[in-house]
Amino acid sequence: MENDKLKRIIADVLSEVMSSRQAGNGHASAAVFRNNLNAACDDGEVPDLSAVDFSQILATPEPANGEAYLEIKRTSTARVGTWRAGPRYRTETYLRLRADHAKAMDAVFEDVPEELIDKLRLLKVTTRCASKNDYLTRPDLGRQFDEETSRLIKDKCIPEADVQLIVSDGLSSTAVSHNIADVFPAIVQGLELKRIKLGTPIFVKYGRVGCMDAITELVKSKVTVILLGERPGLATSESLSAYMTYGGFVGINEAARTVVSNIYKGGTNPVEAGAHIADLIERMLREKKSGIDLSR
Amino acid sequence: MRLKTRLNGESYAFKDLKTLLAKANEPKAGDRLQGIAAETVSERVAAKIVLSELTIGDITENPVIPYEEDEVTRVNIDGMNKKKYEEIKGWTIRELREYILSHKTSTDDLRRLSPGLTGEVAAAVAKIMSAMDLVYGARKIYCVTRCCTEIGQPGTLSYRCQPNSPTDNPQTILAGIMEGVSYGCGDACLGVNPVEDNVESTRRIADAVFDFMCKHDIPTQIVVLSHITTQMESMCKGAPLSMLFQSIAGTAPANDNFGVSRDLLNEAYALAREHSLGTGPNLLYFETGQGSEVSIGADCGVDEMTLEGRTYGFGRYFRPFMVNNVTGFIGPETIYDGKEMIRSNLEDHFMGKLMGLPMGMAPCYTSHSSIDQDDQEMGTMLLSLAGANYFMGVPGSDDIMLSYQDTSYHDDATLRELTGRLPAPEFHRWMIRMGLMDEKGILTDRAGDGSIFLV
Repeated sequence: MENDKLKRIIADVLSEVMSSRQAGNGHASAAVFRNNLNAACDDGEVPDLSAVDFSQILATPEPANGEAYLEIKRTSTARVGTWRAGPRYRTETYLRLRADHAKAMDAVFEDVPEELIDKLRLLKVTTRCASKNDYLTRPDLGRQFDEETSRLIKDKCIPEADVQLIVSDGLSSTAVSHNIADVFPAIVQGLELKRIKLGTPIFVKYGRVGCMDAITELVKSKVTVILLGERPGLATSESLSAYMTYGGFVGINEAARTVVSNIYKGGTNPVEAGAHIADLIERMLREKKSGIDLSR
Repeated sequence: MRLKTRLNGESYAFKDLKTLLAKANEPKAGDRLQGIAAETVSERVAAKIVLSELTIGDITENPVIPYEEDEVTRVNIDGMNKKKYEEIKGWTIRELREYILSHKTSTDDLRRLSPGLTGEVAAAVAKIMSAMDLVYGARKIYCVTRCCTEIGQPGTLSYRCQPNSPTDNPQTILAGIMEGVSYGCGDACLGVNPVEDNVESTRRIADAVFDFMCKHDIPTQIVVLSHITTQMESMCKGAPLSMLFQSIAGTAPANDNFGVSRDLLNEAYALAREHSLGTGPNLLYFETGQGSEVSIGADCGVDEMTLEGRTYGFGRYFRPFMVNNVTGFIGPETIYDGKEMIRSNLEDHFMGKLMGLPMGMAPCYTSHSSIDQDDQEMGTMLLSLAGANYFMGVPGSDDIMLSYQDTSYHDDATLRELTGRLPAPEFHRWMIRMGLMDEKGILTDRAGDGSIFLV
């Protein structure tokens, strides 16, 4: 009895499959297929996944209290309420994670555009790192210059200036490209208004924070400021920091640096940061100190 | 000690044990940065061969940093059982490897062996083991610990729910916990890294998490990962904390830099015994990882894997509830790529288990490294096979406070299904009561909806 029943079910299923296959071979379905193919090749665009604000979207299909949960979700970029496919991410969640990570990685591995450096008339130099890979694995080389570069810096830069400005790619070129055109002129204007003597600004490729100390020793500036890209997170790759010293030297204590961090449109506004940095420089020159000593 | 050999037509002589251990290490960026890594593949293998013929006694009695000079060395040796050591000190490292892997050696045998070893011996044997050796050896050893609840039993896999907020906002933290526990993540602990390292912030976060835990009767631990002295002060003032957290490292200068010492940890343990929510006996939570010493210039010329072994010898002394390895967190100057990250994680898990520690793993990556999501998931699956006690659970892999990527709630749920392991028993019963999981550990349709706690 059981066997007969099973056989009947299998026969039914098979006949259904066969009949649907035959229908699929007809001319009508070939036309549908061609139409679909045309639709796939039209000029339309797949929507930009990186433009979606997921903090406003709760993907849970039947939430127990969606409204209340979404209200909390809106207050941060935490990837909650994304729901699941089995125990895994939904496709959109997975691809957006990959997209955000891609943006962060590109920020590290891309270079700052040459035009931007030229536009700001920065003297271009490179640390002892020969490649991005050197830069990432040899923090010591990212703080040093070879003899030829040291001589170039000495020859081309105004010595003993009140302020030496430096821009460097750091861990995020994106941070430099997004903010420097706003923050750099704001600092320069601020200093001009205060009649503070500015040295020859430098762009350092593959620079760590400590390269500012080597430059200070070469040009003998009083205050030295380096603007460089921070380690990128998935939420933003645009964050820039400014490190400042008074009377810097190679081996200076980290606590002697004054820091303004989180400079980007979602953090400290770049133009305002520029003005703030100019004020800090004025104070450092007046009080002849920086870092923890300055805060006291 | 014989520190010379001939291999593939070349002679190799190693200056001392420290050099030999460094050269025998698999490729690691931190060792290259220090300039102590093997220069050729043959040199690396020659070092492994020489190392395999040294005895447990050779290594124990010639620590890479002298006993008189370094507290980590002292704690490794002071915490070692001398009777067991006397019994095994004549074994070569080759014999130790084969003893660990032998079918005749049981879990109980390995647990009795463990107190006779220092971290440097654990590192030495791991240096002559392949990836599968490390998984197979570790798989034999399990480590059960108890704070408020018990974790680490065979057949279980636990998680720390890590819902960090970049502004210490209790709402963001609670939303992460609601969703996390609905996926079954949080049986090891609900653990939050605060942005502001002060008593007020630690207290505020602990209070919010504790209220939620009490309201829903969740059987787990609470920890807020500020500096241990901040937590101690918070606990004294009544903050509801189950255990005390601290990062530890493999040299005294590195521990100095972290602001931690044997005395401080003894004091912390005594305080927790009196004032913690946890009834113990395990009341501490340590974080470790290869490369932390070299990244702050406190490596004393020792390779990063040997230092990690020493860290476990230091941690063992204080009988922690959980030890959390985060090799991969610092960046490419210490761990260069996915291969180095996965290999290091397998080594760390094995060394920790061999030293008798409750090893939880956080195979993770930062965006300035070439390590990616696939590397991380491959590492995690291998560590599950090796029997790691627990992993992290971060919403969507993205820690929006610490800016790095770790395992997610989704990964946690998947790993339990893949390995057929269950949450810690009390937590499992709670999930069944809440209608989130069945007896066999399969999630119900409700799982993944954090808003069930807002009704």
